[in-house]
Order: sequence, then structure tokens, then C-alpha cells
Amino acid sequence: MLKIKDLHASVEDKTILKGINLEVKAGEVHAIMGPNGSGKSTLASVIAGKEEYEVDKGEIILEGQDIDELSAEERAHKGVFLSFQYPVEIPGVTVTNFMKTAINETRKARGLADMPANEMLKLIREKSELLEIDRKFLSRSLNEGFSGGEKKRNEIFQMAMLEPKLAILDETDSGLDIDALRIVANGVNKLKSKDNATIVITHYQRLLDYIIPDYVHVIYNGKIVKSGGKELAHELEEKGYDWIKEEVNA
Amino acid sequence: MELKEKLLSSFLAFENQVDVDSYVHEIRSEAIKKFETKGFPNKKDEAWKYTSLNKILKEDYSVFSKEENALEYSDVKKYFIHDIDSYKIIFIDGKYSSHLSETTHDGMDVCLMSAALTKPKYRLVIENYFNKIAKDDSLASLNTAFSREGAFINIPKGKLAEKPIQVIHFSTGNEAALMLQPRNLIVVGENSHVQIIERHQSLTSNPILTNSVTEVFANKRAIVDYYKVQNDEKNASLIDNTFINQKQQSHVSVHTFSFGGKLTRNNLNFFQNGEHIDSTLKGVTIIGDKQHVDHNTLVHHIEPNCESHQDYKGIFGDSAIGVFNGKVVVEKEAQKTNAFQANNNILISDKASINTKPQLEIFADDVKCSHGCTIGQLDESALFYLRSRGIPEKEAKALLMYAFANNVLESVKIPELKKRINKLIANKLAVNIGFDL
Repeated sequence: MLKIKDLHASVEDKTILKGINLEVKAGEVHAIMGPNGSGKSTLASVIAGKEEYEVDKGEIILEGQDIDELSAEERAHKGVFLSFQYPVEIPGVTVTNFMKTAINETRKARGLADMPANEMLKLIREKSELLEIDRKFLSRSLNEGFSGGEKKRNEIFQMAMLEPKLAILDETDSGLDIDALRIVANGVNKLKSKDNATIVITHYQRLLDYIIPDYVHVIYNGKIVKSGGKELAHELEEKGYDWIKEEVNA
Repeated sequence: MELKEKLLSSFLAFENQVDVDSYVHEIRSEAIKKFETKGFPNKKDEAWKYTSLNKILKEDYSVFSKEENALEYSDVKKYFIHDIDSYKIIFIDGKYSSHLSETTHDGMDVCLMSAALTKPKYRLVIENYFNKIAKDDSLASLNTAFSREGAFINIPKGKLAEKPIQVIHFSTGNEAALMLQPRNLIVVGENSHVQIIERHQSLTSNPILTNSVTEVFANKRAIVDYYKVQNDEKNASLIDNTFINQKQQSHVSVHTFSFGGKLTRNNLNFFQNGEHIDSTLKGVTIIGDKQHVDHNTLVHHIEPNCESHQDYKGIFGDSAIGVFNGKVVVEKEAQKTNAFQANNNILISDKASINTKPQLEIFADDVKCSHGCTIGQLDESALFYLRSRGIPEKEAKALLMYAFANNVLESVKIPELKKRINKLIANKLAVNIGFDL
């Protein structure tokens, strides 16, 4: 599904990613962990196509195609989805209208006609139930005045609506209480299939109790310095990140 | 011949065509003298510092249309809000079109200024209201001098005008260049309610200059909702002079949607003569090319316990120029005034510009007055957020621009009009997405 080869990326001339190698296959869940400032969110933004980030070297290959030259919307049309760490508030655009526009623009790019209105309504109802989202919430302005938990649930709702091939969840657990965390994780788990893949970016192991990863990678100083199975997350929870830093710096 | 000279020399001929014995003859004669003395405004006038009329005054305008011109409804239907039942007062090249209009005298008058100015039964209304609040500045005086035709709306007390009134001024381009001077008078009685939609629409690229004057009188507890749709052709210019006098507890709102035309100047003046008055002035301006839109507002708080709300949003692309000059005067007696003013702008091109200038003159000490103006660009992080969901850049920008203007649209009370404005905005932003929020 996704192959990242020796990826170097920078923002405003500051190099943040210094040679990332990662392969994610369909049906897999990968967790990316690491201390603050190690480059986790940058990796997510670079894969999603944020223009401020410059790829200096390396390749991002999605289903055999190098996507470096593609715009953020073209990547979305190919099935990339980023759940934002800080979803942006957009007053004046309702959740529903936003989703309608996103779905129909994606369909247009794939050569499909607009989704019929009744089908859209049905889909919205179904997916909002999955995320236990109140209907009233859907006619509110996107993220405006939403609590931290509501914002994250809304992100996963969007993911459920768009059914991406590759979902990247950037610190989706931050700001969530335990109930919201369960709802969000449940949503993600239900969307999992043998044809899609998920990258979970997190600082803490907590979310990984609910979304069980197949692989855990530790990023430090712009590189993946350690990879392992889900037990690596537990080890990090117990011992923190200092031993990793020491290992790397030794 | 300079336009000023042409207008002055046309005045006698004009007066010969109309009833010179009428009460308004004196008013017209006074007005032409004022215009002769003052001439057209220029950049030395503080109120015209950022808007120059020089270029548009250079055209060789006919000051009257020579012929009666006709239009078929099917050809101009798209300029009407045609999916609602409404009264219509329609003009073609400055002349009334009975064919396209739907007027009434049933319990209220929705008819013509020419009738009001000449028929004895309207004499009292004209003496009480005509030219009582229009300023004696040069452009309003010029209009007064040539006042003959326009909309006359007289709603007696306690009457709810159940249908909106559409006033549309078409110009056909039968003259190489044409100057129009519509004159409207709207009197709304106690406890009455009316909704008005006004539009000036050229049908060709021939130069058109419209210098319009509208006087609105809202008596006690009257409610007036006035919508101005400005989406004219590229060589059509409009100077809109609107004067609104409010009595106690009346509510008047004016929404101005400026999406087109060459040069548009809105002189919008509110005078609050009573307590517990509410005045609302809102506008959305979305222009590009070399278009120029100037909002020049005045709210005069004269008595205590009144409110005014001004909210103008502007989006400027290409080499477009925007001007906002918002003046709020709070007299010493006008305690407990609550006056709010906001002017927010987005520049989407390096060559576009906006001049924004709030002017507050407050003589009372127990008031709440706020004003704020901002000039910004589209939020990059919001743009990335939308694009990451598959919404292409152009559509994402349009969505953000629409969202920016949305709170002005929220207060439009005619759903079909709101839908039309949404469509005009989508067209203006060249996207095919529904903004049905």
C-alpha cells in the first residue's frame, strides 16, 4: 500500500525528517510513537501533502505510484486520509455541507456522478450513529466551538464517510476522555478491513490498548530508530523514551 | 460637451416636458442651482478621496432615453426573483414598463413616482415626504432636479405587505451611453411591514451611469427589509443615494450585495428620530477585474436607547478596489446608544486593495460603540484541511470565502433571494458547488 524510502523533509529550511523508511501493507495497523518534536506529525503532514513541507530526498509511493508531485486533494482522491491533531475551525461551513462537498468532489475526480441526496443522507445517518454523533451536531459549523472530544469524533466520522485506503491518525487520542476514546477507537476498528491500512501516531500507549497495532515504530530525531510488535508500545509506556534516546546517542 | 454642461442645458427642456406648475418645480429649480454651484464631486472632497468619478463622467451620455423600449419577460426573467409571488415595478431605460410590472392600489400604493408627483391625491404625501431627507449634496441635488420617475411605495398604517416588492431598472443599450436618475419614495406607516428588492441591470456593455436617490420613511414600529442586488454589466456604474428616516421602535435593515458593475458607490444614510430604533446595515462585496465598490455609510443616532449594527464583508481579487467609509454620529441626547460596526476584508490578489475608514463622532457619555476592521488573506491551515478531504483548491477557496461572508447572508429573510445570492456568489467565484448550508 505505502512505501516510504529514505524520506528527507524540511520546513522553512529546517530539516525535520532525516531518512524515514517505512512499509505499510494493506490490512495492517502501524503505530508511530516517539517523543515530542521527533517528527511524527511532520511525517503525517508530508504524506497528506501539506505544501509548506519540502521533500528534499526520497520517495513516498502509494500503490506503486510516487505521490510527491500530487496535491493534497489528489492524494485524498487516491484514498489518503489524515485525521488532524488540531482540526481547523471553519465558521459558516456546516459539517454536512462540508462532507457533501468532499464526497462529491472526490467522486468527480474518480469519474463518478454526484451521490444522490437520499443515499448521502443515509450514509450520514449510518456513519454518525457509528461515532455516536448527535444529528444536531451535523448542522453546526465545522469544528466551531466543538470540544476536544467532539473534534476528534468528527475527524473519525469524516474518515468513515470517505472510506480511505490509508488513514493516518495524528494524535487522535489527545484531548479525549475515556468514553470518547472508546467511541473513536471502536469507529476506527470497525472501518478496518483487509484492503485498507491505518497509521496511528501517538505519544502514549493508551490508544493502542483499543487499536491494536501490528507494528510499532519509534521516531526520534527524524528517523525511525526502533521497530517491533505491539509489546514495544508497552515497553515505552513503562520506561519512557529516555532509553531510546540513550541507545541512539550512544 | 462636458456632462455637467449637458445636464444644465437639458434642464429647461426637461422642465418643459413635465408639469412646471407642480409643487416640485420649486424644489427642482433649487436643486439644479445647487448642482450648478457644486458640480460633480472630486477627490478633493473628503468623502470622495478613494473614489474618482472622472473616468465614468467622460462618457457621452444621453441624459434621457429617446425611445420607448420594450423587453420580453422571458429574456429578462433571470434577473427577477421569479419563484416567489411579488409586486414588481419595472423600468426600461428609465421609463415605466407596464408590461413587466405588477403594481397595486389595493390597500396600499405600489406604483410610480411620476403618478405621485402629478396626481392631486398624492399631493399631501409628496408635501410631507418628498425631498425631506435627501441631502443637498451635488449628486442628490442633481437627481432631485431631474426627479420624474421611479418607484413610489406608500404603505398605510397597520398593513403587512404580504408580497415582497421588486424594483428593477433595466437598460437596453439602445443609446450608445445612457445616464439614468431614478427617484424612489417609500413611506411605511405605523406597525406596517414591507420587503423590497432593488436591482439595476444593464443588458449590454454600453456605458450606463445611474444616479439614484431613494428616500425611506419608517414610521413608528414599522419594519422595512431592503435588499440591493448589485451584479451589473462591466460598463454599468451606479451611484446609489439612500436616505432612511426612522421613527420610534422601527426596524430597518439594508443588505447590499455588490458583485458586479464598473463602479458602485453606495451612500447609505440612516437618521434615527425616535427611541428604541434598530438599524441594520449589512453588505457582501465580491469583486475582481478592475471593479470598484465604495460603501459610504452614515448612522445618525439622535435619540436615546437605539441600536445600529453594521457588518460589511469584502473579498477583492485581481485589481479590484474596495472602499468602506463608515460614519457613526451619536448626539449628546442619544444616551444608551449601542452602535456596532465591523468591516472585514480578504484580499486574494496582490494588486487588489481596500481602503477602510471608520469614523465615530460620539457626544454622549453613556454609550456602547464598537468598531473593527480587518484585512487578511485566506487561512492556509483551513485551506489544507479542506483540500486534505478531497476538495480541490479552487472549490476550497470558494467555500472559505463563502463561509467568510455567510453571517451577512444569514439575516436575509426571503429564502428564494438567499438562494439566488448563493448562486450569484458561486458564479462569481466560478465554482459549481452548492452553498445550501
